[in-house]
Amino acid sequence: MEDEKQLAAFEAKIAAGNKIEPKDWMPEAYRKQLIRMMSQHAHSEIVGMLPEGNWITRAPNLRRKAILLAKVQDEAGHGLYLYSATETLGVDRSELLEQLHTGKAKYSSIFNYPTLTWADIGAIGWLVDGAAIMNQTALARGSYGPYCRAMIRICKEESFHNRQGYEIMMHLAQGTPEQKAMAQDALNRWWWPSIMMLGPSDDQSPNSEQLMRWKVKMESNDAIRQRFIDRTVPQADFIGLSIPDKDLKFDEKTGHYTHGPINWDEFFEVIKGNGPCNAKRLKARNDADKKGRWVRDAALAYAEKKKLKAA
Amino acid sequence: MTTQEAKFQYLLRLGDSNLIIGHRLSEWCGAGPILEEDIALINIALDFVGNATALLGYAATVEGNGRTEDDLAYLRNEREFRNLLITEQPNGDYASTITRQFLYDVYTFYLYEALKSSKDETIAALAVKSHKEVTYHLRHTTEWMYRLGDGTAESHERMQNAINDLWMFTGEMFDMDEVDQILIKEGIAPDLNNIKSQWETHVKRVIAEATLQIPTYNFKQKGSKEGKHSEHLGFLLAEMQSVHRAFPGAKW
Ligand SMILES: [Fe+2]
Ligand SMILES: [Fe+2]
Ligand SMILES: [Fe+2]
Repeated sequence: MEDEKQLAAFEAKIAAGNKIEPKDWMPEAYRKQLIRMMSQHAHSEIVGMLPEGNWITRAPNLRRKAILLAKVQDEAGHGLYLYSATETLGVDRSELLEQLHTGKAKYSSIFNYPTLTWADIGAIGWLVDGAAIMNQTALARGSYGPYCRAMIRICKEESFHNRQGYEIMMHLAQGTPEQKAMAQDALNRWWWPSIMMLGPSDDQSPNSEQLMRWKVKMESNDAIRQRFIDRTVPQADFIGLSIPDKDLKFDEKTGHYTHGPINWDEFFEVIKGNGPCNAKRLKARNDADKKGRWVRDAALAYAEKKKLKAA
Repeated sequence: MTTQEAKFQYLLRLGDSNLIIGHRLSEWCGAGPILEEDIALINIALDFVGNATALLGYAATVEGNGRTEDDLAYLRNEREFRNLLITEQPNGDYASTITRQFLYDVYTFYLYEALKSSKDETIAALAVKSHKEVTYHLRHTTEWMYRLGDGTAESHERMQNAINDLWMFTGEMFDMDEVDQILIKEGIAPDLNNIKSQWETHVKRVIAEATLQIPTYNFKQKGSKEGKHSEHLGFLLAEMQSVHRAFPGAKW
């Protein structure tokens, strides 16, 4: 069988640590899974611009405003880069956006929470970008070449996002009592959603042995979550903020933190579309799409005219 | 008026215009017509915020009262702002945003070019940097003037409406008062009559190539040099300054 031979060669290539490139043969299931993951990732980048964009006009000083603009610009760039990487698998950006706008495609659950105060901008950079880095450094070791290269490039910028977020929190925590309270409140609201954004626990989401073998999935959700918690808790301690988990403790034997129960009902509700901002985010994306249609049409018409003139 | 006072006012005019138009552009975040434009708009907004920071920082230094660029941006009221009226006009549709940006970019393109040879070294150095940036911005907005002006019937109509609506705010760009006179004499600032003729030639050429018309009315709004603004500025500042003012004296 031709297919079986190809599959064996494909798997051998991955096992040897080589990358799969767009023109290489790949199983349909591999292609489908990657399109799903990569486009979800791209959607998350651009939907993620909304909660943060919400505070650009109100940033408390000019330096913070510039940093936030730079960060959100990076996120838009990540979106663009990831859409292009996804297109190497034979889909169009417009098709992927259509799936986002109709609610068929998912994006990270975290962006369905609202940014209520300036401190939320700190919390997002510190926690959300921090959790994303944990996930993305794992994905950077995956098997699909274009996705790996995107992850390596993106991760560098994510570390800057993470640092600026932590720096905002540090300033707030060391600031006036009102500022410190604002920082603690943001941590209280963003901690659990950040823990959850790394995905359902392993017993609820058995990672197919195949996806691991194909290096589409590199690590289990719980393993990534553990690394995130281990890294973040001491950072909270350092700036005098407390993690809103009364069961959180350090296990001397394992060298890891153990945490309290996660409210997975909330997570699945948000995934289903019932989070505080799902409707708002989807509407914002759809509004932008509709409002921009005549602009895109005009750009297309103009390009056609120019082509005709040149011919 | 002393040269120092004139310079302070002049720097506020430059800095405030950049701050306010940068604010307007940043309002597009996540709402652009296509992802590439989202990136471009944020990038341009970032340049403006950077320029405003440098210009207001220098204004604060020239003033010498211990105020900082943040004090100037966040703790002045409507009547103390010196940004051009065109910069505070609401975004409207993409045609309005592009037209506003184009008219302002052409203005600053020639203004900064002239300011590169300012006798004030700090202003000259800032102009060199800003001129590089505005050259890129102008290329971007000019391309969109063509695309939207000569795109579809709808885009053409929207562009013509935008030009008609914004044209009245272009006259005051070239108004000169005592501040300008003092700085022209010192070789610090250029004569805006020269900028005006360069601006007119350039704008007319692009608008014609974009198959659009210059409005026939001659009526011009003015007032920003004395801090008389449109009703839009108050709301913009209320938003921009809200967090800063809610926590007096806090560090961020
Ligand atoms: Fe991200
Ligand atoms: Fe990102
Ligand atoms: Fe990020």
